Amino acid sequence: MNDPKAGFIGRAVERKEDYRFLTGAGQYTDDVTLPNQSYGYFLRSPHAHAKIRSISTAAAAKAPGVLGIYTGKDFSSIGGLPCGWLINSIDGTPMKEPKHAVIAADKARYVGDQVALVVAETLAQAKAAANMIDVDYQVLDPVVETATAAKSKIAVHDIAPDNVCYTWGCGDKAATDAAFARAAHVTRLEFVNNRLIPNAIEPRAANAMYTRHDDSYTLYVASQNPHVERLLMTAFVLGLPEHKVRVIAPDVGGGFGSKIYLYAEETALVWASKKVGRPIKWAAERSESFLSDAHGRDHVTKAELALDRDGKFIALRVHTTANMGAYLSTFASCIPTILYATLLAGQYVTPAIYCEVQAVFTNTAPVDAYRGAGRPEATYVVERIVETAARELKMDPAELRRKNFIRAFPYATPVGLTYDTGDYEATLQRVQQVADIKGYAARKAASAGKGLLRGIGYACYIEACGLAPSNIAGALGARAGLFEAGEVRVHPTGKVTVFTGSHSHGQGHETTFAQVVADRLGIGLDDVDIQHGDTGKVLFGMGTYGSRSLAVGGTAIVKAVDKVIAKGKKIAAHLLEASEGDIEFANGEFRVAGTDRRKTFAEIALTAYVPHNYPLDKLEPGLNENAFYDPTNFTYPAGSYVCEVEVDPATGKVTIDRFAASDDFGNVVNPMIVEGQVHGGLAQGIGQALLEGCHYNEDGQLVTGSYMDYAMPRADDLPHFIVNTVKGTPCTHNPLGVKGCGEAGAIGAPAAVMNAVTDALWHLGIRDVPMPVSPYSVWKTMQSAKI
Amino acid sequence: MAVPLSLRVNGKAITADVAPDTLLVSFIRESLRLTGTHVGCDTGQCGACTVHVNGRAVKSCNVLAAQMQGAEVTTIEGITPADGSMHPMQAAFKTCHGLQCGFCTPGMVMSAIDLVTHWPHGNEKEIREGLEGNFCRCTGYQNIVKAVALGAQAMGK
Repeated sequence: MNDPKAGFIGRAVERKEDYRFLTGAGQYTDDVTLPNQSYGYFLRSPHAHAKIRSISTAAAAKAPGVLGIYTGKDFSSIGGLPCGWLINSIDGTPMKEPKHAVIAADKARYVGDQVALVVAETLAQAKAAANMIDVDYQVLDPVVETATAAKSKIAVHDIAPDNVCYTWGCGDKAATDAAFARAAHVTRLEFVNNRLIPNAIEPRAANAMYTRHDDSYTLYVASQNPHVERLLMTAFVLGLPEHKVRVIAPDVGGGFGSKIYLYAEETALVWASKKVGRPIKWAAERSESFLSDAHGRDHVTKAELALDRDGKFIALRVHTTANMGAYLSTFASCIPTILYATLLAGQYVTPAIYCEVQAVFTNTAPVDAYRGAGRPEATYVVERIVETAARELKMDPAELRRKNFIRAFPYATPVGLTYDTGDYEATLQRVQQVADIKGYAARKAASAGKGLLRGIGYACYIEACGLAPSNIAGALGARAGLFEAGEVRVHPTGKVTVFTGSHSHGQGHETTFAQVVADRLGIGLDDVDIQHGDTGKVLFGMGTYGSRSLAVGGTAIVKAVDKVIAKGKKIAAHLLEASEGDIEFANGEFRVAGTDRRKTFAEIALTAYVPHNYPLDKLEPGLNENAFYDPTNFTYPAGSYVCEVEVDPATGKVTIDRFAASDDFGNVVNPMIVEGQVHGGLAQGIGQALLEGCHYNEDGQLVTGSYMDYAMPRADDLPHFIVNTVKGTPCTHNPLGVKGCGEAGAIGAPAAVMNAVTDALWHLGIRDVPMPVSPYSVWKTMQSAKI
Repeated sequence: MAVPLSLRVNGKAITADVAPDTLLVSFIRESLRLTGTHVGCDTGQCGACTVHVNGRAVKSCNVLAAQMQGAEVTTIEGITPADGSMHPMQAAFKTCHGLQCGFCTPGMVMSAIDLVTHWPHGNEKEIREGLEGNFCRCTGYQNIVKAVALGAQAMGK
């Protein structure tokens, strides 16, 4: 595995990080215990919407072990948690940005909103003291439902009396309306994209320490995004010098979006760590995670597709109401807009598209990116309505898609993106093959023989990944750049440490990135070490989300490697007494072209650090290079999924009989890791369709607040996936030709499953079943269809 | 208040005074500093805290340390050979890419060893049912199921 001769790109190399995870040597945030450790506990509002009349902490402050109690008043002079993306409404007004206080002061706005932080010697003491805090709440009626929030007489925030954060539009409304006026057929659908709770198995955690000797702070935190966490916390909230705060995200146990954001808890801990003069640790209990992690999805959508007589799409019109929850989380505003409406062209030539999105505040936990983030919702709209149109027109759903596929690239969509490359026919063909479409009719008959209804559904998704060209993002409202940074530090012995701003929390960067570097330098895989997740080590970083790590972070590393090679050539030219232009680098050797005069990579490294025979007048010693890479376009992974289900009409139970996926991720560095990413995404997408649904009752209480109420997919809930990644169309604008694979499964799977379920029930006049399709929801829908 | 406790953990005799409400997982993680055993939930559902007690898989968040009088407790650290190699089940997880973020992994491996020890020769369906008590959010379970079958084979089951 370590031999560089065969190259490392495209090889299913076993993961370098696995030994520590498998042997219990991983170090997650809650595993870090600091000298003189104290413990924090957050008292949270039990009410969805309540005025805080007063808080009495006097008795609690005297409880054993208490080191400090902090309420909203203590944080009143401190900034709110910022939102990183400005969305302007159609009328030009900026979105409403109510202050998101670190600790709620005047009002609690969702069940779980923090109202006090208690710090004590032990966690048990902190909890006991929190129980003694007397909060005088005036309970208010809450706003809970997404669909009706804008009509409510109750306001979550005074600055948004109608609960509308923004009403945003994308595309050409007039052209879309005109196309609908001349349509031969219009398909209409209304549906809900169900609210989900991310549920990384490692709950969020933080441990903050203030150090007097240099007036600095260290924060260990379960984060996908340590540099941005630090930037937002210091510059926008606490007013601390950025360079005096070190953020370390050590091993992180899954994120799926939920650990991208700056949260109140770690911010409060950093602030309080100086007050109490002790490191403070907090780890969410799972019940707290359910209440306070940013949730995902939660759209209510009306969609219409206009087709001409030949079955060509001529326009798509979409209206979505998106729930922001009680406050704007770090990226909340861009998810149902920039990452949603821009994907509504899907894989098809649809000349006119218009989408309007109304974002509303409710008395529920903040909603932000969850695996796929906007793109699963877009794919759900496009693929559900295309499949429904095919059935209405009695066409083969695959053939209707083929008729409308984009086949010439680059392709500029009517919703702002330019797809650089793709081959949608290839993935559709492949998936039809591996799913054995030809055998479907026989399988349907066999199911019928058992009294079961069989259905088949497709989803042909596209995503925009590799986030993101900073200038485009900036023009669309981003308040940050979206480049990535990397550093390649060559040691005197020729060993290499790579520092990357990407963050691995399961994706296997320590292996994939090492493959890229070892391959390019022609050295062994064991000679390369990848470091990430520490602002004290890594020069800068924008973190991991949006399937961006290899496409953007990997490219930054490649650029730094190429600078190392360029400098190495200068050193080699000196040593080999040749001109720099004659030096070639291949297979780990610098060679004078056409001769056998050569120096190994390790020899050049040693020379750089022991520069006795060295062009010191022209060249600095050392071999250490940085690079920042800002992509010129998004990447566009795409693929085709097929799902077959059996529905038991007696019970409503849906069983997935088979699920096949064919994806085009461009070039693939480690096929084993890529396939694993697809598996995980599929599990979450199927989970959304069949099992998972976050539910608040009319009082704003989270009904699905534990694993006994929120149905996480277990091993026996899922089918054996058939994953068959095609060779693919390499991305045209990054040197690795990679597109990203982390979100695909979660993006494509829900529509495939739901198209299969509705296919099975089509003959009953059923057009939609709300996700998750529990036996009860299917049975209920079937019963009402019979009436 | 404290309960005197003596037990063996990973083959080592331990005596300690524990509060009567101390969970086994807290004792393992906080008193013994064996942090390979993880806490992923507070309702006994996720299985990240699975250890072996007297040779059987137990969710260590569901028992009190004080109940472990005289018990033989094995954690993920305890099944790991000292020579830098791995238990066949650990090795199978690596070979099959049966882990991603690694957080559920120790509990999953401990459950898997118990599963194949007591129900050898499981087919895919049976292995999936056998892993019902352990959540994984990253892998979609497919490679874990593969790993358990391979691990069983390597363990001679």
